[in-house]
Amino acid sequence: MYTYFLCFILFSVGLFSILRMRNIIKIIIGIIICEYAINLFFILVGYKMNGRSPIFSSTDEITRMVDPLPQALAMTSIVISLATTAILVALALRIYEKYGTFDVTKIRDLRG
Amino acid sequence: MKTSNSDSGQGMSLVVKTTTRAMIGVILLYGIYIVLHGHISPGGGFAGGFIIALAYVLFLLAFGKEESLKKFPKPLITLLESLGAIIFLVIALLGFIGGYFFFNWLPKGTKFQLLSAGTIPITNIALALLEVSLGIFGIFLVLVLLKYDPEKPGHAGKKED
Amino acid sequence: MIDINFILIFIIAAALVAINTKDLLSSVVAVGAAGLGLCVAFLALKAPDLAITQLVVEILCLMILIRATIRNDLPLSISGRWVLNTIVALAFLAVFLWAGYQVLQRIPAFGDPLMETSSFYITHTMEKVHATNLVSAINLNFRAYDTLGEATILFAAAIGVMVIMRKKGHKKIEDKDEDIKL
Repeated sequence: MYTYFLCFILFSVGLFSILRMRNIIKIIIGIIICEYAINLFFILVGYKMNGRSPIFSSTDEITRMVDPLPQALAMTSIVISLATTAILVALALRIYEKYGTFDVTKIRDLRG
Repeated sequence: MKTSNSDSGQGMSLVVKTTTRAMIGVILLYGIYIVLHGHISPGGGFAGGFIIALAYVLFLLAFGKEESLKKFPKPLITLLESLGAIIFLVIALLGFIGGYFFFNWLPKGTKFQLLSAGTIPITNIALALLEVSLGIFGIFLVLVLLKYDPEKPGHAGKKED
Repeated sequence: MIDINFILIFIIAAALVAINTKDLLSSVVAVGAAGLGLCVAFLALKAPDLAITQLVVEILCLMILIRATIRNDLPLSISGRWVLNTIVALAFLAVFLWAGYQVLQRIPAFGDPLMETSSFYITHTMEKVHATNLVSAINLNFRAYDTLGEATILFAAAIGVMVIMRKKGHKKIEDKDEDIKL
């Protein structure tokens, strides 16, 4: 049970970075850490004690396999996190080019 | 700190270029191996596709962007990327032969052979070799090719239409 | 298991370093260390597909992030009501962790999953698909719609990045060779 709780603490570290940081790149790093915590939680839920990985082998033992369904879902989620990071960094570069700073307290006035 | 690392018109030093020439074939071969054996051993389409994309990115970083654009021109990248997605959809639509969308309609052979498991190897190839790798390379190319000068305080807010 | 707890503590330490340093390049390196610890955790939890994918995606993420580290970090904002803001954020996180603790006492214990849908997948893959890699069979045969959606997301990301970085309407006089004509 403490493993799950450590995973929640990792998520809250990322959430604190999103809420209280002043630089846009630190906010993006917070989003990445949140995504790591979520993928880890998926795999932690589907773990079986002393199990084996979900690949069939020549010797036919299909008992005691770990849950393969959360692994398939988490694989999709990892690729989606890359797409999100790419678009966020592109937005941050555009904001820097237009305003000259990364500070979130100074990019509030609507220009252009 | 270097402000714009996309100014590598000539690429990196000679040591890096020689090592890259030796390593790119090995990386591409490893990526193709993981893609083709996606239904037998761990890996699959997405992991192999990203490894092939890393080979392209290594070529871009080591040799500069003019040489890289000569070998992979932009229309070719977009054409192959769309072709991968179209092949994936065609295989899915052909599943109507068997009954419903995405039905596995090729004959499934014995276990542990390269040609078993129906449509899964073809889907792996279409997804990984054509779509994922070129998509990621496209993203990286666009992010690197932008040149901007960050030290101009008067530029911000001035827009010429 | 004890090893997974140690790996998790390492990942939390790397994340804390990543959000506290002032140099942006050091925090990107710390995020890379956290991702590597996550890859080792996936290996310890018997998920080899995920370990390969996480490692490679981590490398690409770092490459994209390094592109954006131009200036140094600005300190925590000390203008206005910063004490109240920080206390409210910490109180919200405390409420979130307390609610999480209450939920965690009601789900099955660690290492003993329910596996109702997965037992169908495990027993019926060999006669229907003849594939040995279960995760690939689920991703591309039983649940192929999600893979189609993921391909669409990759397309949308590529198109989105190309649209955002286009230089239409900004004609700078000194560099004309950087217009990305699509």
